[in-house]
Amino acid sequence: MTTTLESRARRATSRSGKRRETFGEARRPGWATYVTLMTVAAVGAFPFYWTIVVGSWTNDVIYSDELTLTVGPNLIDSIRRVLTADINLVAATLNSLVVSTTTALAVVLFSTLAGFSFAKLRFRGSNALLVAVIATMAVPAQIGVVPLFLVMNHLNLRGSLLAVILPGLVTAFGVFWMTQFLRGALPDELIDAARIDGASLIKTFWHVALPAARPAAAMLFLFTFVGSWTNFFWPYIILDSKSATLPVALQGLQSQYYTDYPLILTGALLSTVPLLVLFVFAGRQLVAGIMAGAVKG
Amino acid sequence: MDLRVSPYLYIAPFFVLFFLFGLAPMFYTAWVALHEWHPIGGQGDFVGLANFTAVLGQGMFWKSVFNTLSIFVFTAVPQLIAAIFIAAVLDANLRAGTFWRMAVLLPYVAAPVAVAIIFSNLFGNQFGLVNNLLATVGLPQVQWTGSSTASHVAISTMVSFRWTGYNALILLAGMQAIPRDLYEAAGIDGASRLRRFFSVTIPMLRPTLIFVIITTTIGNLQIFDEARIFGGASGNGPVGGADGQWKTITLYLWEVGWRQANLGRSAAIALLLLLLIVLIGLINFLAARKIASDTGAKR
Repeated sequence: MTTTLESRARRATSRSGKRRETFGEARRPGWATYVTLMTVAAVGAFPFYWTIVVGSWTNDVIYSDELTLTVGPNLIDSIRRVLTADINLVAATLNSLVVSTTTALAVVLFSTLAGFSFAKLRFRGSNALLVAVIATMAVPAQIGVVPLFLVMNHLNLRGSLLAVILPGLVTAFGVFWMTQFLRGALPDELIDAARIDGASLIKTFWHVALPAARPAAAMLFLFTFVGSWTNFFWPYIILDSKSATLPVALQGLQSQYYTDYPLILTGALLSTVPLLVLFVFAGRQLVAGIMAGAVKG
Repeated sequence: MDLRVSPYLYIAPFFVLFFLFGLAPMFYTAWVALHEWHPIGGQGDFVGLANFTAVLGQGMFWKSVFNTLSIFVFTAVPQLIAAIFIAAVLDANLRAGTFWRMAVLLPYVAAPVAVAIIFSNLFGNQFGLVNNLLATVGLPQVQWTGSSTASHVAISTMVSFRWTGYNALILLAGMQAIPRDLYEAAGIDGASRLRRFFSVTIPMLRPTLIFVIITTTIGNLQIFDEARIFGGASGNGPVGGADGQWKTITLYLWEVGWRQANLGRSAAIALLLLLLIVLIGLINFLAARKIASDTGAKR
């Protein structure tokens, strides 16, 4: 893996202008690197494949001492059985869609509003308030679960999707993220120009800040959506079988049919499909978002 | 007028909602913890610190603390090493770089509950793939839901599966921010690739490493989903194993609050968990700073 002296000397003396940015050293890595990456990718993809394998056989094949690693003929049948099981996965999917879309949109809107204010407007106490936001980012939300339950009980929201949506409408991370982004991406001159043209502040926000925030808003939407979609602890406590989101419904499926592996693994597979589709279309933004957040965080 | 009030109006939605559903419940937890409290009956007598002494006197509480810490260690250490390794491999002038980064992130889109269902099957005692493979190479089968250590390994595998790639990308971003001429200089000085990695990359990565360690800690000490699902029948049976072998603190908190209908005690457990998270976060922070500065000081 060591470089030869010759190439090292060449690199030290060559002009760095030719180098493509953002992908590490100029030298193309060897095949060992790609084999390593393929192995990592295979380990990451295997459980998904395995889910299809188990879902595509009947129980007596799964419960045999034969090692089965190929896809069998029963996947369609398993899907049909999941969809007609006691647990209503279709309703749960719709519930998850409602919760995740609502919270992701709200987080983006409220975070952009607050971020615009923190990044671009001058007001008394803004620094102290922003520090307060950042300080709460590290606070584990699960700690307040008991009073949250009491509040929702009091409001008669047990078993209602609102009980899951309300605590998810804002996140401290979102405000921090948008503030950081707008500081760099929104020149003061643009705002001044809009103001001189006589635009009100809210118009300026709508027509200048919001378009400028679009890339960061898209990433924030994605992360909030994924987080909401995969969230289990609080929904599990406050929702019932009628209002279950997907993870809650999956838990119900598993506790009722826990010996029927093809059935429950097909359920797990189906619950992941929407996010897999999202990943195919927006995985690039997710990657960029994680990497951008790390540098700033 | 517009400029005097508007800034506050713009941050108001966040602060109002965050106060109502984030901050207020946190503080109210302390109030609940000082009382008898029933999910349906509501507030009972003021009992002072009785909930705390009761919890601290429970063997199961200490068992859940042990389980949580054990799963945390089994998860955090291998995951961090693997994430650094993957990041280092990705930190090269790759063909189709974005594709590889996406490939590494794939597990992140599976919900922990789904991951736990899949891995519970893989770690099946009798017909699970892992035991099948162990048998194939002539090793003894492991009762994954039997001993505490085996169950902790299984749960840690699930957590690591989902988060290793995610953390690798964070570390990769940190690596890409390291000025390339440092490597060039080390190369000219005759440092091998390995030497460059330990003498340049790791010390320069310190802030990112601390960030990843802290976030991993906060997450791993609150593991619930995987522990709730693991082992099959998660309906009305015992919580976290027949003997509580893998009952985490959060799982115990849920059991006491919603199975045993004792919210006062549950709130006390929540505060004790918070204390533990703060403690370990602090230890982590100091240790990470020390380790990173030590490796940086080596010549």
